[in-house]
Amino acid sequence: MPELPAQPTPPTRIDNDHGGTDMWINMGPQHPATHGVFRMELALDSELIVDAISHIGYLHRGSERLFENEIYSQIITLFDRLDYVSNFNNELVLVMAVEKLMSLEVPDRAEYIRVILCELNRIASHLVFIGTFALDMGALTPSLYTFRDREKILALFEATSGARMMHNYFRVGGVKQDVVDDFPQRVNSLLGELERGIDEVDQLLSHGEVFVERTRGIAVIDGETALDWGLTGACLRASGVAYDVRVDEPYSVYDRLDFAVPIGTAGDTWDRYYLRVLEARQSIIIVRQAIQQMEPGPIQTKVRAIARPPKGEVYAHAENPRGDFAVYLVSEGGESPYRLKVRPPSFCNLMPLRDLLIGHYVADAVVILGSLDIVLGEVDR
Amino acid sequence: MTTEEQGPESGPDSEAKRPAPITAPKGRRAPDAPTVEAALTPSGEALAALLPDVLAPFELEIGADIDEVVCRVAPEHVAEVCAALKSDTRTFMKYLRLITVVDYEENDQEFEVVYHLYSLEHQHKMVLKARVPAADPALPTVTTVWRGADWYEREMHDLFGVVFSGHPNLVTLILPDGFEGYPGRKSYPLHDYDEW
Amino acid sequence: MNEFNWTFVAIAVLGLFGLFSFLATVVLSLTWYERKMLARIQMRVGPSRVGPHGLLQPVADVFKLMAKEDVRPDVSSKSLFWIAPVLVLVPAFLVWITIPFADGLVVQPQDLGLLYVVAISTLGIVGLLLAGYTSASKYSVLGGIRAAAQLVSYEIPIIVVVLAIAILVQSLDLRDVITGNEVVIGERVITFNGQGAIPFAAIMPLGAVIFLIAGLAELGRTPFDIHHAESEVVGGPFLEYSGAHWAVFFLAEYFNTFVIAALTVLLFFGGWSWPSPPESIFGTALEEWQTDALGVAWFLFKTYLVIGLFFWFRGTYPRLRIDQLMAFGWQILIPLSFVNLILMAIVMFYEWPLWAMPAISVPLLAATAYLAARRNDRKVNTGSVTLYRRQKRADGGNELVPPAAATYEEAGARGAGN
Repeated sequence: MPELPAQPTPPTRIDNDHGGTDMWINMGPQHPATHGVFRMELALDSELIVDAISHIGYLHRGSERLFENEIYSQIITLFDRLDYVSNFNNELVLVMAVEKLMSLEVPDRAEYIRVILCELNRIASHLVFIGTFALDMGALTPSLYTFRDREKILALFEATSGARMMHNYFRVGGVKQDVVDDFPQRVNSLLGELERGIDEVDQLLSHGEVFVERTRGIAVIDGETALDWGLTGACLRASGVAYDVRVDEPYSVYDRLDFAVPIGTAGDTWDRYYLRVLEARQSIIIVRQAIQQMEPGPIQTKVRAIARPPKGEVYAHAENPRGDFAVYLVSEGGESPYRLKVRPPSFCNLMPLRDLLIGHYVADAVVILGSLDIVLGEVDR
Repeated sequence: MTTEEQGPESGPDSEAKRPAPITAPKGRRAPDAPTVEAALTPSGEALAALLPDVLAPFELEIGADIDEVVCRVAPEHVAEVCAALKSDTRTFMKYLRLITVVDYEENDQEFEVVYHLYSLEHQHKMVLKARVPAADPALPTVTTVWRGADWYEREMHDLFGVVFSGHPNLVTLILPDGFEGYPGRKSYPLHDYDEW
Repeated sequence: MNEFNWTFVAIAVLGLFGLFSFLATVVLSLTWYERKMLARIQMRVGPSRVGPHGLLQPVADVFKLMAKEDVRPDVSSKSLFWIAPVLVLVPAFLVWITIPFADGLVVQPQDLGLLYVVAISTLGIVGLLLAGYTSASKYSVLGGIRAAAQLVSYEIPIIVVVLAIAILVQSLDLRDVITGNEVVIGERVITFNGQGAIPFAAIMPLGAVIFLIAGLAELGRTPFDIHHAESEVVGGPFLEYSGAHWAVFFLAEYFNTFVIAALTVLLFFGGWSWPSPPESIFGTALEEWQTDALGVAWFLFKTYLVIGLFFWFRGTYPRLRIDQLMAFGWQILIPLSFVNLILMAIVMFYEWPLWAMPAISVPLLAATAYLAARRNDRKVNTGSVTLYRRQKRADGGNELVPPAAATYEEAGARGAGN
């Protein structure tokens, strides 16, 4: 058994070049702006960050080990709890992986329901991002506006799946039950409200003098470096890399839908923020089309109650609100996976944090962390 | 948690009521189960044809899983193979999607370290695999190739005890400091607790 | 030395007691006002359960705060830790001694009232710095130092604007600012008629704007609330305080808010003087107490309007960063305030008509705003995020390509191009 290397203790004093000593300040896990239980230690030269250490794992539940001992339909409930802001998107990746392994054809209606719910979930997730991002910067009002709109989306989710957040709605080969009868009408009226809501927050926040001052040119990361770090989603696209799983490897019915993908050029905090605003608008367009294309029909293929995929390995991934969420599933032919590894996008997006922080002010630390839009539920698993 | 530490409720009486701890996971392996058939896309075929050329100096074993090219290499060559895959213009595997470990300790006394790679330019995806002995799981780090490998390797070191030689900062990432054992391994007791 | 004047002492004590009670009531009303106003901005209801329209909510808050345990960090310095809130509160209260609510309605009129106000209000910084230093928390230290840097910087434009007012009025007495003054300097007789006819905001718009902004910064309110920013330094100097001592900080903060708003009204918006004399509005002659009561009511009304403006800012703006805050103070506000002062001096010395002041300073203000906006325009460049479209690749895959500008509207991306 290999020995653990000795634990290096973080340096408590750094003598800086002008004769002073830097202060190590501990931010989190109870700090109000670390988006959950993330913890970082910052070395400060007055207000400037000269070094940073990230600590994760406060929410580690051993999910991946748990998966190995649950049947697939039970794992769906655990997936809800990974990225707890975009639950439908998580579920989708898991059922896609199992379906790919079992070579299942999913009925069209189920696919459309999935896409609609996932895109609505994307909007909900981005709304949470916009609200909390503004809150990190001291703007109180946008968070109230965005949470109001998110609540409307969650009400629709509740009508569909029975739960606001932990849905357990997607199934291997389809979805749990058909949507409510007036689903299209509800979605259409919801989309109108969301459009107005996003416009409202956009006008209030995006081009404001103080907001732009705080975000422009902060934590710039270029495309090559971003890709090197494994950043995905809005963080990668803000740096000008045109990579979106929905386009590069279309899954579900995304190849039948017409949409655009916002790509940034500056790679700074403002781009990462604004990209998500535009993405939420694109999601509205996607949902509109999906609602039009959706036709009545079956919502579930015939699968054994307890799915038993054949032996094999599969890698399935999808474009989550936070990035490229993937599942690597190794099956030995049993009722539970032999190994189920999750690639959480937030985990990778968090990695370059130290590089991004150094040279910025303490006040920027929360803004930079906010712009990466992490959810600790999936970082720690 | 042992029985003695359970507090007032545990005792000879409650001992009988408590269900027996689940020891064996449900139906994890099914030796008679069918195996999926590989069906590579044209771009996958192209990549599979390309790989022996790109990775000429190394011993390879190229296969396929459902729709992905699988390439097995010796663990000591992993870093070099990855560097070649990333820098060669024919492959350009610039995006490291995932690194993980699969525990085959029970049957093969081996761990399998799996690298999922993707090339944005060519839209090629592939899986790189290396088997390391479970008794001494060690292989070179790929943080020199992709910086994004950093936390993956630290996580695997935490959970599986795999040592990535050359990693700049191989310390605990997601487990508490001083945690003993490797909870990712199948041999680590998962159900050694009582339902409450 | 005269014999000890007991009547004076009795009146002063009574006056101080009355003043404190009045201010405490004002603070209670302000917390309710702030919460209700923020709630309206954020489409919430706000306090609504305790009393009609939640009017008793502040009282309930006071009881809650008094009932809370007063916790002190173990390693903090005990005496300094407990005395810091008092050091913040006392100056905030003492400022009020010389602020007139109506003609003659003031606890202790002073000839050097303006100087006194400026001098005393600066003392609160010591308390904040001390609170930050003795709390034995790094966040508190950061917050305390931020507070010191910010408050000292923004004190300067306030002082310079107040100097300009003193030049205009030729007096440092706050009552003279409203009721008028007549000074003889050498051969010249300078008569100033008071703000009843024309408020100083019209004479000195530049000064009014600077005073309002610097005052906002002096209070540490959004967008200048960096020293107790919850998302960065988690409350700064107040971080380790709880219960009654935290309430004292809170009280001092609202005292200060009220001071700045009241000074803005006194110095720039005519104080208690009605637009035209109340007699002519009501048509009958009024007793003195009636005139005073009307004056106080009018003064409070205007003050609450200004405070409402502060709360409105809080509901609208994000927070500045410390370097931006300091740069704004030192590079824009302080030079502008000196320009204002020099302009005022020139106008008075060469006996230019008073409308020369707004005639010069309004274009100056507009030019500053324009330059700031243009600088920002270069920085914003909202076209940095563009919408890419999906396209088939030669090998069968999809890729994203940047579109021609014309397809923005087709994509339905409102706001993408503008």
